[in-house]
Amino acid sequence: MNWLLDLTPDEWTAVRLSVKVATVAMLASVPPGILIAYALARGRFWGKTLLNGIVHLPLVLPPVVTGYLLLLAFGRRGPVGAFLAEHFGIVFSFRWTGAALACGVMGFPLMVRAIRLSIESVDRKLEAAAGTLGASPLWVFSTVTLPLILPGIIAGAILSFAKAMGEFGATITFVSNIPGETQTLPSAIYTFTQVPGGDEGALRLTLISIIISMLALVASEVLARRLGKRMDVE
Amino acid sequence: MTLSVDIRHRQGDFRIDASFTGSGRLTALFGPSGSGKSTLINLIAGLIRPEEGRIEVDGKVLVDTKAGIFLPRHKRRIGMVFQDARLFPHMSVRSNLLYGRWFTPAAERYMDMDAIVNLLGIGALLERKPARLSGGEKQRVAIGRALLSSPRLLLMDEPLASLDEARKAEIMPYIERLRDEMKIPIVYVSHSVAEVARLASDVVVLAQGKVTASGPVSDILQRLDLLPAGERGEGGALLETVVLRHDAAFSMTVLGSPAGEIRVPGMNIPVGDPVRLRIRARDVMIATEPPSGLSALNILPGKVASIAHGDGAESEVCIDCNGVSVMSRITEQSRQTLDLRPGLPVFAVVKTVSFDETSTGKGMREAHL
Repeated sequence: MNWLLDLTPDEWTAVRLSVKVATVAMLASVPPGILIAYALARGRFWGKTLLNGIVHLPLVLPPVVTGYLLLLAFGRRGPVGAFLAEHFGIVFSFRWTGAALACGVMGFPLMVRAIRLSIESVDRKLEAAAGTLGASPLWVFSTVTLPLILPGIIAGAILSFAKAMGEFGATITFVSNIPGETQTLPSAIYTFTQVPGGDEGALRLTLISIIISMLALVASEVLARRLGKRMDVE
Repeated sequence: MTLSVDIRHRQGDFRIDASFTGSGRLTALFGPSGSGKSTLINLIAGLIRPEEGRIEVDGKVLVDTKAGIFLPRHKRRIGMVFQDARLFPHMSVRSNLLYGRWFTPAAERYMDMDAIVNLLGIGALLERKPARLSGGEKQRVAIGRALLSSPRLLLMDEPLASLDEARKAEIMPYIERLRDEMKIPIVYVSHSVAEVARLASDVVVLAQGKVTASGPVSDILQRLDLLPAGERGEGGALLETVVLRHDAAFSMTVLGSPAGEIRVPGMNIPVGDPVRLRIRARDVMIATEPPSGLSALNILPGKVASIAHGDGAESEVCIDCNGVSVMSRITEQSRQTLDLRPGLPVFAVVKTVSFDETSTGKGMREAHL
């Protein structure tokens, strides 16, 4: 145990950064994730298939390609990146925020899938009943639909978090591997494997990464069970 | 309350073209399954948008396709009780009950939580989750939830259809109390003659998307030809009676009506209380002379008012017993043998044991007082 926790300051930085990046990526993905999942589950609009394809693209593209596309769009000179930097002072390239963006994008299809499935399983008759009781569509969504899909949102969020913890290709392509700024756990492990005598450090970080992912899974199980009990649906 | 509906709508191959006005306390939309009753009630609630037509409740236009008016469901203030209770599974019974109240402007709330909880007998269930309720309890909570949104009109879409007989008997008295004690008008969808006979003040009969008849319930139930084929034997006369006395020795109850005294199996109802009695046409025999040596206890003198020939093998005879119509369904052979014709004095004969809970809607007493 001592051996495991006896990390160098650089290693600690990588662990902290990874958790921060994954948490921010997860939290920032939830609102757009719900919105797009809802549109895909319920909406009838032109270009729905196209939207579905774009959302799923990071799942099928090589991560390096996704990272490079992010670099083109959100880099300093990219159209979106330049706009955001100029008007909002938000810079992604070679910052931890860029790592969070890359992780969020890579985990997004997993989150949308989970939420979409739970929206499709909601009994729309309950929503109709809420409507006859005087609830406007927005109220129906927030008092009936949202609580009923909460387990799906949590499942999607955990998937997104786990994906972010392990994201490597897109992150390293987009924001490189800067210790203390963009060097997440996978990047740090990769760096260790590239230097002589780095085996021990790589193994330590690997074990830590396994522990964090397991904790996330257990937390999601506990939450889901508690929600299930609250709803009494078994 | 006046409800006026005039709608044309198509759903797949099914066409509905219905127009009626209702002003009773409880208007039943009655017809076999597939006749369009549920579509009609969904149109009134705003769950379906009609292709063409107009719906008005108490002068408030809910739908008028010509004027381009379609009030969304949450602005109609029309309560709905569904066949499947549709309680929110993530809320307690209390939160379910209070859900609609939240969206009702304070000035328009006229239903009181305690009164509704008492009326429906659901006080002990308030902290439970819907998953822990029986079918009958769910339906009572669903009724309470709809009422507490203080609606202008309450729609009930076959609220008893998914329940067994015992549960139906459990809920019916609550619906009766609703009808009699609350000032809220009700539109009730049903395919059961027994339910309609017991609950309705007025009936709109539907068949294949069209209104075939409408009027007070006692008039409609005598028109056996209007009833679905399978339910025709359930039709008959509806008599408003009062409990005259209980006959302890034979465990019978004697009801008074203009047609005369009628003996039914013992009921648990105080003397003087009103009972709406349904006499099924298939249970009524006809005698042309005062019968003697007969086991049947109810012999009501009257005159043949009219005879309708059904499908050739059977006839429906309407007997006027001192101003009250009693229907009898007999074979064509009997009609010819007795030479029945309008104006002929006859006796309507009904066995006491042919009355059961579905005839009176009240619990029949077990064999004791």
